[in-house]
Amino acid sequence: MMPSSDLPRWADVVLLPLLNLLAALAVCGVIIFFLGENPFTALWVMIKGAFFYSGSLGYTLYYTTNFIFTGLAVAIAFHAMMFNIGGEGQAYIGGLGAGLVALWLAPVFPALLVIPLAIVAAALFGAAWGLIPGILQAYRGSHIVITTIMFNFIAGSIMVWLLVGPLIEPGQQSPQTPKFGESALVPKLHEIWGGVFSFLGNSPLNLSFLLALICLIGFWFLIWRTKLGYEIRTVGQNPEAARYAGINVPKIIVIAMALSGALAGLLAINELMGVQHRVVLNFTSGYGFTGIAVALMGRNHPVGIFLASFLFGAIYQGGAELDFEFQTITRDMALLMQGMIILFSGALAYMFNPWVSRVLKRWMTKQEAARG
Amino acid sequence: MAEFAYQFLLTLDATFRLATPLILCAMAGIFSERSGIIDISLEGKMLMGAFVAAAVASMSGSPWLGVLAAMFASVILAVVHGFACITHKGNQVVSGLAINILASGLTVTIGIALFRQGGQTPPLGGTERFRPIEWWLVDTLDSVPLLGSIYRELISGHNILVYIALILVPLSAFLLYKTRFGLRLRAVGEVPKAVDCAGISVSFLRYRAVILAGLLCGIAGAYLSIGQGAGFVKEMSAGKGYIALAAVIFGKWRPVPALYACLLFGFLEAMSARLQGVDLPLIGEAPTQLMLALPYIMVVLLLAGFIGKASPPAAIGQPYSK
Amino acid sequence: MVSEKNMDGRDGAHSFALRLDGISKSFGAVHANRDISLDVKAGTIHGIVGENGAGKSTLMNIIFGLQTPDHGTISVFDSLKTIRTSADAISLGIGMVHQHFMLVPNMSVLDNVMLGSEGGSLLAEGREQTLERLQSLSKNYGMGVDPHALIEDLPVGIRQRVEIIKAIKGGARLLILDEPTGVLTPGEAAQLFNILRSLRDDGVTVLLITHKLEEIMSITDYVSVMRDGEMVAHRETTQTNPEELARLMVGRDVLLSVEKGPADPKEVKLSASSINCRSAVGNTLLKNVSFDLRAGEILGVAGVAGNGQTELLEILSGMRAATSGSFTILDQIVNGDSALSPSAMRELGIAHIPEDRHEHGLVLSFEAQENAILGYHHDDRFKRGLFLNQEGILDRCKTLMRDHDVRPPNPNLNASNFSGGNQQKIVIGREVDRDPEILLVGQPTRGVDVGAIEFIHKQLIRLRDEGCAILLVSVELEEILSLSDRIMVMNEGEIVGIVDQAAASQEKIGMMMAGIETEAAA
Repeated sequence: MMPSSDLPRWADVVLLPLLNLLAALAVCGVIIFFLGENPFTALWVMIKGAFFYSGSLGYTLYYTTNFIFTGLAVAIAFHAMMFNIGGEGQAYIGGLGAGLVALWLAPVFPALLVIPLAIVAAALFGAAWGLIPGILQAYRGSHIVITTIMFNFIAGSIMVWLLVGPLIEPGQQSPQTPKFGESALVPKLHEIWGGVFSFLGNSPLNLSFLLALICLIGFWFLIWRTKLGYEIRTVGQNPEAARYAGINVPKIIVIAMALSGALAGLLAINELMGVQHRVVLNFTSGYGFTGIAVALMGRNHPVGIFLASFLFGAIYQGGAELDFEFQTITRDMALLMQGMIILFSGALAYMFNPWVSRVLKRWMTKQEAARG
Repeated sequence: MAEFAYQFLLTLDATFRLATPLILCAMAGIFSERSGIIDISLEGKMLMGAFVAAAVASMSGSPWLGVLAAMFASVILAVVHGFACITHKGNQVVSGLAINILASGLTVTIGIALFRQGGQTPPLGGTERFRPIEWWLVDTLDSVPLLGSIYRELISGHNILVYIALILVPLSAFLLYKTRFGLRLRAVGEVPKAVDCAGISVSFLRYRAVILAGLLCGIAGAYLSIGQGAGFVKEMSAGKGYIALAAVIFGKWRPVPALYACLLFGFLEAMSARLQGVDLPLIGEAPTQLMLALPYIMVVLLLAGFIGKASPPAAIGQPYSK
Repeated sequence: MVSEKNMDGRDGAHSFALRLDGISKSFGAVHANRDISLDVKAGTIHGIVGENGAGKSTLMNIIFGLQTPDHGTISVFDSLKTIRTSADAISLGIGMVHQHFMLVPNMSVLDNVMLGSEGGSLLAEGREQTLERLQSLSKNYGMGVDPHALIEDLPVGIRQRVEIIKAIKGGARLLILDEPTGVLTPGEAAQLFNILRSLRDDGVTVLLITHKLEEIMSITDYVSVMRDGEMVAHRETTQTNPEELARLMVGRDVLLSVEKGPADPKEVKLSASSINCRSAVGNTLLKNVSFDLRAGEILGVAGVAGNGQTELLEILSGMRAATSGSFTILDQIVNGDSALSPSAMRELGIAHIPEDRHEHGLVLSFEAQENAILGYHHDDRFKRGLFLNQEGILDRCKTLMRDHDVRPPNPNLNASNFSGGNQQKIVIGREVDRDPEILLVGQPTRGVDVGAIEFIHKQLIRLRDEGCAILLVSVELEEILSLSDRIMVMNEGEIVGIVDQAAASQEKIGMMMAGIETEAAA
């Protein structure tokens, strides 16, 4: 998918992504400058807003949670060399699964039953929405990028239809479901461990964060320690060799896409059961697309994905702070930064490669000369 | 019956208005994709065009300056796409996605900085935008039953950009099939190496294709904000770029069939607007969401080979290296 | 008609069509071309021979401007030129027919021929002119090309003629053909040579790249030999012979001697009966292939590449289904209704060393240890339930590297970082590990250094002596002759004959490979 790099591993994994990130931020800084504000002040406001203000870290980690789910979703598909651009729709439909369980079961059953079932439902619904494009790619040759884009819009139509129709809160005008029952609400961390997590303030960070961390670890085991992961990577790296090895290539593509959809679906647990407490229109608000940036920056590895998610979480939360401090720049800066980061870390990922490799080579020969 | 016919006529009229940005973007998509560059950034380029057109029209008072500025801004994004995909051999889908998100962020950010209206541009007055053109003899022909109405509603009374879009379709077909540039463009999207071996620069050819796409998307954006609408509204492209992409695929990467697809998709949108909340006999409430989703569903079915077959240009998505 | 000519049909205006002096080109650490000098006399057919990977294609790409040399100079028709792009080359009168055709399949012949010389910004302007030129060239050289046919509807031989027309339409006086017969049937190749001779008689200089010696002998006037990126010899064709050229190409004594005792064939392990295979578009790939393979013998499959050997291996290993026919493999009947997957085949005791280790045998971006279990990851030693058994895999890889002398013996190194020979040893070590009853081998020593070749050959003999039934596919006739106990010759998907090694000679097998002599299947 990307041109391979001839740099030493540390430069490829750490130096280049950092350079790309800096380039993206620098361009944003120039734009801020031309809008008449001081980019460094803006950066400092964002940093304060993301980490230092009371409860701000909680918000940052809450956003991080969303990005972990969608980033992992994109990454697992990438490992099978599938470009899943449909995280948005899969998360949306996952929200339907979680919402249905919450609306139907919460009034009757306890949280210990409802929440696990809702997790399963979100994953299953999301999986289904990833599975169909997967099947169409594997068995009918449909281009996964186009199909998943289309599925985002189809999901949007379905959800609008449901939220203004069958699922709308009776007697209300706004397109949303009734509030979930108590037992369908994922507890916020400051509610359960207020003492320990007092620094979280009144933030929406909830137990879904732990679910995200579990998914990160599970992802690592799945990809690098299981037979299924081995097969997924083989299909992704060399589908012909996979066929030679007797791996059922179409089946693995379908499984990878289903797992991808399932991970995206889990976003609904954080967003709906943790925060909104009902199914609302467009609750995915671009998290699925950001997942692509997260996976690209994180090089499809859980550690990288966590770091990239945290970065984007900070940008989202810090960006919101811009609203309060500036007249001319707002939280929409976060969107701009995100676009720049995708451009530089994704599409232009190897722009600095020749330059870095030249500089490194010169530096290394100098080192050797000094030693010898 | 006459009332139904008139309603139908109004729906067809709306079809043209709704299809115009789709047609312009679809032609853009055809040029880019026939050259081998996937273009999911139709959406972002159109959005950028819409914002710049409205901003410049609002500041200068001239809609024509607005269109030119929109084309320029959209071309800049197109060149960024080209720089990533052609010069740096980056992933074309990722680049397109980045441009879409960039456009969302940039339009609102600059909009707020310039106008302090939450990302919108000030509403445009009559002379700052393109107004419907009343054709000659409209009033005279009004007395002719049916034809008079067709002439007044369907043929006359659109703004200039609608007509430009319609003229651009045969022009695009001509460019693609009857000119040297078109021959080379079609070849470079199939077997770029053949073009290279014939002594033609693959990169230059592809840059020209994406720039052409930028120009067309700029007009499409201008149409949204200073033709159909009267000012820029946040996210006003609202997925139209993706519908246009669907039309490109549905038209199998050919201008005239893509025009039909755009008209079909425009018609579906017009119908769904007209039928909102209307109870139909036998069906009950009109399934307007289904009608809006139909373009997407049809593309999925087409790509899966359930209704015909669509094969994209052979070299699409692959950066060219010798 | 293509250029000025004198009485004997030669290009009289120039003495040399092309002179290269000191051309070098490297890709990273690989020297594709090293200090190459070459004189091509105008109005001759000049052949360049060399093994795969000798650097012939790189050299041609340099001449045609697709790559720029690191050092060296090029003169075209007696004047020094700089060729940076293919446009430069074309304007100097150089035309090239590439090994992989540069044709746009969904466009017409005429459109393809026009591409790059349309004659104006509108196609209509140059269309008539190109059509006339195309038709006259087609007629003069007896090519029979329909200008309005779509390329995708034309057979390979005709497509190649379109390429030739493309190359000479603007009056090219130096025509380069890169491995032009690799995809042609013998009949088509003969017609191609007739066209080339006519072109030479009209004053065109032809530079023919090939690795087939018989072509060099039959059509060229001069021949140059490349080996390992260097030009090692120049000869007048009438002054040399295939043996000398072959020796020059490989740079070592051609006859590889493999020490082996007589075979002791036992029971039939694999019995194919009337296997047929057609491609997706309906071309016949295999036709009524029937043979037996016994325990303790090596059955060599000889043939020019692309005559059905690849498909045969794929069918027997479970990667592809036969269109009709069946085979019995270790008492299991396999036919259209009961196709077995590659994993099921492995379970039965069939191992497969694929022809192309980069395409099939390895995942180059995987570590050696991950490659050591490719296809065997369901083996009990390598799994713990759903998980992989890391220690088991590492142990296996270390053992493999020790037993098969893989260097460097580092299980964590990516497969792409091993040399060709060591990559191949990883594949072979993996496949022979479970003492397979049947071993399917494709091109075991392609792109492998001499030391590794010897090692690999000894292993195959050892396996045979231990009772393994080996089917050996190779395009290296020497390899087939020295390793096999029986030799099965294939041509156009059919078995031409099966002969005992004792009765086989290079000439005889060569004739059979061309489809000439048919012997009753043994």
